[in-house]
Amino acid sequence: MTFLQRLFGKAPTDLEQSDPNGIETAPLDPKTIDWAALSNHTLVGTSQSTGVERAHNEDALFSLLGSSSGENSVPNFGLFVVADGMGGHRSGEVASALSVRSVAHRLSADPLLQLFDLNGSADSLPVQDLVRRALQDANKSVVSKVPGGGTTLTVVLVLGNQMTIGHVGDSRAYVLTQHETKVVTRDHSLVNRLVELGQLTEAEAAVHPQRNVLYKAVGQGANLEVDVETFPVPKNGFLLICSDGLWGVVPDKEIERIAWGADHPQAACDELIRAANAAGGPDNITAVLVYFPPT
Amino acid sequence: MKRITKALGDITTETSQLGQLEPGVTLQDRYLVLALHGAGGMSSVYRARDLHFPNVTKTVAVKEMINMATDPSMHEMIIRNFEREADLLATLSHPAIPRIYDYFTHESSSYLVMEFIDGKDLEAVLQESDDFLPEDQVVKWAIELCDVLDYLHHHKPQPVIFRDVKPSNIMVDGYDSIRLIDFGIARIFQPGQKGTMIGTDGYAPPEQYRGEASPPGDMYALGATLHHLLTRRDPRAEPPFSFSERPIRDINENVSPELEATINAALSYDPADRFPTAEAMRTSLMALAQETGILVSPRTAASAGQPRNEIQEVWSFECEDEVRGSPLVVDGVVYVGCYDNNIYALDAKTGDFIWKFATEGGIASTPASDGELVFVASEDARMYALSADKGTLAWTYYAGGPIRSSPVVSEGHIFVGADDARLHVVNMFNGSAAWKQEVAGPIRSTPLIVDDRVYFGCESSDFYCYDFRGELKWRFGKARRGITSTPILIEGMLYFGSMDWSLYALEAEAGWQIWKFRMGRPTISSPVFSEGRIYTGCADGRIYAIDSKGGREIWHFQTEHQVTGSPTIFEDSLFCGSVDGSMYCLDMRSGRKRWQFQTGGPLTGTPTVSDNRIYFGSNDHRVYALLT
Repeated sequence: MTFLQRLFGKAPTDLEQSDPNGIETAPLDPKTIDWAALSNHTLVGTSQSTGVERAHNEDALFSLLGSSSGENSVPNFGLFVVADGMGGHRSGEVASALSVRSVAHRLSADPLLQLFDLNGSADSLPVQDLVRRALQDANKSVVSKVPGGGTTLTVVLVLGNQMTIGHVGDSRAYVLTQHETKVVTRDHSLVNRLVELGQLTEAEAAVHPQRNVLYKAVGQGANLEVDVETFPVPKNGFLLICSDGLWGVVPDKEIERIAWGADHPQAACDELIRAANAAGGPDNITAVLVYFPPT
Repeated sequence: MKRITKALGDITTETSQLGQLEPGVTLQDRYLVLALHGAGGMSSVYRARDLHFPNVTKTVAVKEMINMATDPSMHEMIIRNFEREADLLATLSHPAIPRIYDYFTHESSSYLVMEFIDGKDLEAVLQESDDFLPEDQVVKWAIELCDVLDYLHHHKPQPVIFRDVKPSNIMVDGYDSIRLIDFGIARIFQPGQKGTMIGTDGYAPPEQYRGEASPPGDMYALGATLHHLLTRRDPRAEPPFSFSERPIRDINENVSPELEATINAALSYDPADRFPTAEAMRTSLMALAQETGILVSPRTAASAGQPRNEIQEVWSFECEDEVRGSPLVVDGVVYVGCYDNNIYALDAKTGDFIWKFATEGGIASTPASDGELVFVASEDARMYALSADKGTLAWTYYAGGPIRSSPVVSEGHIFVGADDARLHVVNMFNGSAAWKQEVAGPIRSTPLIVDDRVYFGCESSDFYCYDFRGELKWRFGKARRGITSTPILIEGMLYFGSMDWSLYALEAEAGWQIWKFRMGRPTISSPVFSEGRIYTGCADGRIYAIDSKGGREIWHFQTEHQVTGSPTIFEDSLFCGSVDGSMYCLDMRSGRKRWQFQTGGPLTGTPTVSDNRIYFGSNDHRVYALLT
């Protein structure tokens, strides 16, 4: 059953009953709805799994999508966060959850509320500074409240046609277009650094026993240097944010195939998690997939 | 999920109860807290008075370890770490290591009482200085650091590896001597399920990431610290072990090659390639200090005398007044406006005069052309359309004030801003006004036209986006001074400079400010883009290369005076003039100078490249053509 059939398949029988408000509606014939019209909107899917080998889930995710249309409408807004916690005594799950809440609080308060300000004159910081501070605030919270705990933190703030990415650790943000699939974040892992230095090959890195050792993470010290960059949103393409439970297990080619092959980002996300578990599910798995329309 | 929320709530309450010690509190009936001196992640340092010496003021430093761990084993571990620091310090005696006086635990906190060092740490020294630290100063500190590290490495019964050499752990006291502080680095991270987290540093050697600690590791961290002090590039902001990608002398050419070589040796990836002992590095530093004489004469006279021209001109043409604007080159002809009120047409190959046309005011802008007609705007408040071949007048357009913005041709219209606070849109063929838009101040920025939208800055400090019907799409009002710089649009992002000392990056659809890069003075230079970088000039005399996605400086090049013109990129070269009178050619990727061409007056315009030649005007009244 395709996504559209699932969505609209039962609709005629349901809609034939009288509407509670007394407004008459005509049932939609699923065949008349074309996918292209639907895909004029930004679509998002999220999925998470503890995996096969782990007893606890230390990953956390957050997704908020605002769409609007009309003359002089509010620009598109999206906030997507993935955090992969680490540390004993359950401090990993506390660190990741705390970080996600801290970032969501900070970034929904400032840029989101300002979107609706008709005067638009509020004196706010540049978007990159807001994102950087949001991650640094999360870091302060974790340092003071969860000693010994830490987390990766990848935050994507979409405003209009630009997305600003704040990143620490080895979760990843991918951009998938018709032409290519590329990682737009840098893994702050020791092994990746050794690959960059030419001391290890990609193949050696993939099986290196210390591939989980990070040189930068939230919760390590008072000062946190955050990677912050802004990219145009991929038109008719995807943004994928995921923890290493996905990218370390499912090859990029397979991720690409699943994203483009599914009817909806939600179906693709579920499929990505299934693929990671089918490959052994050695770690917690989190995926957020956002589709951006062509125009 | 519920359980986690509750746990967090508990911790929050506990944290707020802890807080920091207030001045006036006395600990152990002995140490009167005077002020908070500094605070780190898990500890605070207070300046305190030792009341056992009632007749004199004996100032001590009290370091408080705040233990917020709720888990009993974690709590215990933090206390043990702190005790270890106390025990270690108690056995050390060296002038560069603070003495320890006391150690005690009170309620949930532990305290170390130490010698109070009246001074600043090197991170603060670096932050407070505007320029590179002098080499002789850094070498003196380095020698002292080698001395104390050598003492630690030869400590009995067991060598001490400091493991955390970095600017913020090195104090400079009132006698300009260095002191090592913070021996509490042995931070142990709980080996979690995911893996082990290790020091953030940037200063830490590669082998420390494998848990190895040895004297060469401290030498690496010392090398990293010296690299930071001499280049001002914070290694924490860079990938680990990437010092070789930032050679010291590329960034700070005043550093001697000998010192660079010594630091590079300390920074070798393989510990076996480094100095085996601190004493060996100290010897090397002493030798170079004597050889280069830096301990005697700190400065080298590098920029004395008139720079010689390293490149020959192809031709130059003399006008009757200053050439402040920028030339346009079309079909083998150079069109350039001049403060003698004329626009000149010159043969691009030979510099021969073809025609000139007299306006009634100086010309500060760049002409535009559609091939048939040449459009030129003048401070006489008029815009002229001239035939490209003979310079005969086709039409004249009257604005309400001087025009310093440059005309732009698009869709059969000319767009130009004027000092009458209007954007003028003029029919290209007959010179009639299509529409005008009044804004908050004079427009000297040249409009940018992309996809039926017009973007321009204003002297009022506003930046506007209008559509082709003259309807306002958005306005950006967060700059604090005028915007004279001409915007560029790359992948949906707008970049422009402001007189408020900043370069702005805005999302073009709605005018969201994405980042802001602060420079040393106002800027009216217009940015250019190439290979993911934005290049711009500034009145602080610098030409900057800035990462377009992150708003970080990649390099800057210092000229001798303001840079008011804009850079031009050709292949991998960047050309930019300065008010110091020189045209500079820099390697676009590194910012290193390839050549410099000195003219007889300030350069305020933007060079134009065509057919492997570069054309520009100077305030010495001449128009120059050079080979690129």
